[in-house]
Amino acid sequence: MADVKPRIKLDKKDVAKGGIIEVKTLVSHTMESGQRKDKDGKVIPRKILNKFTCDLNGKTIFSADIESAVSANPYFQFKIKPEETGTLTFTWIDDDGSKIQATEQIKVA
Amino acid sequence: MTSAKIPALNRRQALAFGTGAVVATAFAFRTGPALAAKPATDEAIKAFTRGKEPVRGKVKLELPEIAENGNTVPMTVSVDVPMTAESYVEEVMIVAEGNPNPGVISFHFTPSSVAEANTRIRLAETQNVIAVARMNDGSVFSDVRQVKVTIGGCGG
Amino acid sequence: MVRPLPLAFTALALVVLAVAPHAQDMPPGPAAKEASERPAWQAHGLKPQNPNSPFDEVVSGLYFRSKETQEMQADDFNNPGFLAVEQGEELWSKVDGAAGKSCASCHNEASTSMKGVAAAYPKWNEKLGKPINLEQRINICRSGAVKAEPWAFGSSELTAMTTYIRTQSRGMPVAVKVEGPMTPWFERGQSLYYQRNGQLDLACASCHEKNHGKYLRADFLSQGQSNGFPVYRLRDQRLVPLHERMEGCMQDVRATPFQPLSDEFLALETYVAWRGLGLPVETPAVRN
Repeated sequence: MADVKPRIKLDKKDVAKGGIIEVKTLVSHTMESGQRKDKDGKVIPRKILNKFTCDLNGKTIFSADIESAVSANPYFQFKIKPEETGTLTFTWIDDDGSKIQATEQIKVA
Repeated sequence: MTSAKIPALNRRQALAFGTGAVVATAFAFRTGPALAAKPATDEAIKAFTRGKEPVRGKVKLELPEIAENGNTVPMTVSVDVPMTAESYVEEVMIVAEGNPNPGVISFHFTPSSVAEANTRIRLAETQNVIAVARMNDGSVFSDVRQVKVTIGGCGG
Repeated sequence: MVRPLPLAFTALALVVLAVAPHAQDMPPGPAAKEASERPAWQAHGLKPQNPNSPFDEVVSGLYFRSKETQEMQADDFNNPGFLAVEQGEELWSKVDGAAGKSCASCHNEASTSMKGVAAAYPKWNEKLGKPINLEQRINICRSGAVKAEPWAFGSSELTAMTTYIRTQSRGMPVAVKVEGPMTPWFERGQSLYYQRNGQLDLACASCHEKNHGKYLRADFLSQGQSNGFPVYRLRDQRLVPLHERMEGCMQDVRATPFQPLSDEFLALETYVAWRGLGLPVETPAVRN
């Protein structure tokens, strides 16, 4: 899963204190729900990204516990009010324990 | 009708019973989640609110009235409160009553975020989708939206 | 003699009807509400560029879809079809095959070399003596200059590369040529378009020409244009190439479908592209 590159878009990377940054994320993943059956009638096992976190300098400021009712190629749009300059780390965790990760630098005046 | 023993229903009686029951259920459904008999959903909500009855309001759930396709339905949830260190939305849970597993997603917010999120969800059939928000002081709010999910005319 | 049991239950139903608070103010049914919310597709008609067009105006499938679906296509970030564009972009510069080449080795920047190319497909291929579509053209390059295995139809690589190349024509008008050697294929495609197939005995035209802008059960029918393909289907949650969609349509009318990349589908692809002459290429489009 290390080779999956998530798409991340911040509407701005530089804000005054108290300012809001809109974050959009999109990552390629089939999000196999565990509800489908293959052509032999066997259930295709569930395999989804079950957690998403957005950390600022190592501290989680937004996260989501994801279940199989989230569509494939999960898309999240949210807004943060960062209090300090630093590194935003976005992490998605798969049922099999593997991680997808990306970072963005932001500046807070 | 005062007979103590209810006689076995013949076909005509059973049909009338069925029609009445369907009509009754349909209108209970319309009056909101409080009357909907969905035990798994009720359990999930009760656990989330720690037994409290959520108040309708403050949280707004946006979903299309009719889903273009049940596999990818855009959804936005937002809670109209300023987020400060003293008072903030802790978590918002989304449940889909009619899905095989009602749990959809739970968003965890902090004072460093705005209580708003957008994603795309899967809905198995026409149903109520419920958003429940919990503040850091334990107070809980909810919103409900009914989404119509159809099978396309051309085999989906 | 009136039987007490059914009377009791009917009475119960009537009581529930009377007390249910929302009984009086039931909102309009789904079809009426939907029609008022769906932007009028007629407002997005373009004058057809082909003489003898079956349409007064050609309208992209985009405008037959819901507001939310149109919004998903409107933003390149939100549009999940761009995941395939990115995959195609990576494959473009990836060295593959015995010749040690990538697409970029000969074609450099796709945004320059491929601009307008896909809009003219399917195209006549002199060597093969028949038209070829973009998927086939990609595989001709792969087995030829690149000396790599052709990609299977429906594989994520072939769909991604097709999407990546077609998106370089985005916004440009569909410009397929149907004169000269293409004419017999155009005419074959035309026959197939109006030919009724399957247990349901329907032709492409039955839905897409005679009944676009109407509901087929819960499906709001489009003109069946191909300008957005490969499309990200909300149902499949992935990119779907044109021949796969046409195969699906044939299955839906309970006909034995033609095979992807068959002569029949090449003829149909040619003809359907002609029906949309002038519509802008929208790849990667978002559809239901």
